[in-house]
Amino acid sequence: MINLWNVLKARMRQGHRTSAYPASIPAFPERFRGRPAIDDTKCPTDCDACEKSCPTQAIKIDRGIHLDLGRCLFCTECVDSCPEGAIRYTTDHRLAARTREALVISGKSAETRLAEALDKKMRSLFGRSLKLRQVAAGDCSGCALELQALNNVVFDLGRFGVQFVASPRHADGILVTGPVTRNMTLALQKTYEAVPEPKLVIAVGACAISGGPFRGGDSGVGGILPVDLYIPGCPPHPLTILDGLLRLLGKLDGA
Amino acid sequence: MTMDALTARNGESFRTVDVPRLPADRFRREILDSVARGLRISTYFGFRPGAANTRLLCVLADDSEKTLSVLSCEPGGRFESLTPDCPQAHLFEREIAEQFGIVPEGHPWMKPVRYPDARDSIPGDTAFFSAEGEELHEVAVGPVHAGIIEPGHFRFQCRGEDVLHLEIQLGYQHRGAETLLESSPAPRAMAVAESIAGDTAIGHALAYCAVHESLSSGAVPPRAEAIRAVALELERLANHVGDLGALCGDVGFLPSAAYFGRLRGEFLNLLMDLSGNRNGRSLIRPGGVRFDLTADMAGDFSERIGRAERDIASAADLMFETPSVQARFEGTGRISERACRDLGLVGPTARACGVPRDVRSDHPHGAYRSARIPVSTIEGGDVYARAMLKHLEIARSISFLLSQIQDLPAGTLKQPCAAARPGRMAVSLVEGWRGEIAHAGITGESGEILRYKVKDPSFHNWTALAMALRDTPISDFPLCNKSFNLSYAGHDL
Repeated sequence: MINLWNVLKARMRQGHRTSAYPASIPAFPERFRGRPAIDDTKCPTDCDACEKSCPTQAIKIDRGIHLDLGRCLFCTECVDSCPEGAIRYTTDHRLAARTREALVISGKSAETRLAEALDKKMRSLFGRSLKLRQVAAGDCSGCALELQALNNVVFDLGRFGVQFVASPRHADGILVTGPVTRNMTLALQKTYEAVPEPKLVIAVGACAISGGPFRGGDSGVGGILPVDLYIPGCPPHPLTILDGLLRLLGKLDGA
Repeated sequence: MTMDALTARNGESFRTVDVPRLPADRFRREILDSVARGLRISTYFGFRPGAANTRLLCVLADDSEKTLSVLSCEPGGRFESLTPDCPQAHLFEREIAEQFGIVPEGHPWMKPVRYPDARDSIPGDTAFFSAEGEELHEVAVGPVHAGIIEPGHFRFQCRGEDVLHLEIQLGYQHRGAETLLESSPAPRAMAVAESIAGDTAIGHALAYCAVHESLSSGAVPPRAEAIRAVALELERLANHVGDLGALCGDVGFLPSAAYFGRLRGEFLNLLMDLSGNRNGRSLIRPGGVRFDLTADMAGDFSERIGRAERDIASAADLMFETPSVQARFEGTGRISERACRDLGLVGPTARACGVPRDVRSDHPHGAYRSARIPVSTIEGGDVYARAMLKHLEIARSISFLLSQIQDLPAGTLKQPCAAARPGRMAVSLVEGWRGEIAHAGITGESGEILRYKVKDPSFHNWTALAMALRDTPISDFPLCNKSFNLSYAGHDL
């Protein structure tokens, strides 16, 4: 009895913690590094300091700055290398895209291309219930922990009908983290094959998209499996992942 | 001290030529004698510059003297294994054999560690220790597990429900981190260091920077040292709090599982306020830190940490007083103090066996040199002890944090870090949330990194999980596994 009373007391104390997202978007701290904004009109001619500073060659100078979010680690090297302030981070957490090309931000006037929804048939299949199997393929556990965080009471992934499941045979798709190491390639392929058709592949984090800091010849999931959604970051914030998943399911039109 | 080893302090660099090169038998005897005196192997690795012979370097930690002993030998193609007389060497010797092709003769279980070479098979495709008998059966799990967790293969030999023996085969996460740390330009190497184990980005970044600062004789401003310690404790708090929640989840006690799950995020969010990233990436850089903890932030941090402390107390009190939780924790996955010392276990795992081993007080670095954190220990070595130990450490970590935040030294955040000096070696130990992280760097004639060795605490402690499972029902595996919460990526590198 005493224990039951204490359970109730603790429950009262801890309160209701689930985020109001997506009705309102929580404020990110000033230093949060979300979607980069480029102003290459500030670039002096023949300057390639940011390109040289980038640890993953995410930046290419070719008549303006082209920044590949799929390679970007959202570190501070390019910002620190540029006295003109041509690259800065905004606190915009929305980063996911449906194609590899849509992850490249080119120049000042680049429009923000957010992930499009699945087609009508796929939405009718997965829109109200999406089961995913996560496969860690050489990830440092940074991305995996943010996926796990989606299950906590703050983000509460379950309220959107999305759930991580134990078996690929129960899944509608796989969600891959890590650069896909040689020793995990076979296990990743087998897991993918075990998922019934039609199925989705979601690449989470710089490593899964491009190899990240472990980039070699053809790192990332894209060289092995057809990817339906890319969610950049190192690791992506839980809301960045949630944003990508909900856009894919057509639950976040506009905004 | 004997002349058979060079003595250094944590984070001190020395000339590589000053490390004594002993004949193989004296090298072996010296290590055995030292371990018998209470020292432990902190890191032990091979080094082959160019076409020269492979040199073995062993770093022994003397926790009572607060020193490190470094010794070496060039054994040729074979050497007598330490493992039969000194079990804590077992995985280091397997690693040396895998990386340099020299054979520790007499090693009782000589297998590859990570299968790094494309010519090899992959980790699971190998022989495992097996037992045979009418009532015995084998259970194989992994590499892909049921949950959001890293890959590894677990092979259980069982009699009925009870585990006789567990063999853990890792290597699936191997990315070649050491090679990248040796060969990459500075910004990329820094990113790799932060990705050795993503939940220990601060711990490994600290060890990496300390090696480079030491090799270049760079100093770190006191304010930066304090901010580094704040970040390291925030990382510890996020993970310890998350672990308590996950332990509750594994025994089906959902109220505290939910509360701790949310509270873990509070500490990650503090790291995000400080560094712009929930794991604290980009905060720690050679020579100091990239971001300041302003006076305004300090006030806000203290208030939020205070609130979290009270909520943690409520969730933890509930957890530890609940009989169904106690019944599942007590006596489960026990490790003896003797096994702990023999296997050279580190971190909370060792401290939960009553062994007071903590780099923050044994080999203090940075801000821990002046501001001490008392070492927590608890007897028992079971899941309960490991959970209770984390609970105690959370409280001590919070009081350390609050005092640091309220009294940050003034001054700059960063000093330029010069190029590394040639022909030197540095070893840096950091008490990450899982235990002792050891990084070692050796420079060549022009100051370039010739060898970079990383040891995550998991490298010692995975064997503890295998030991904990002996004579334990296999259904307790998830609970035991979570009570250690070891890093696959940190082991596989």
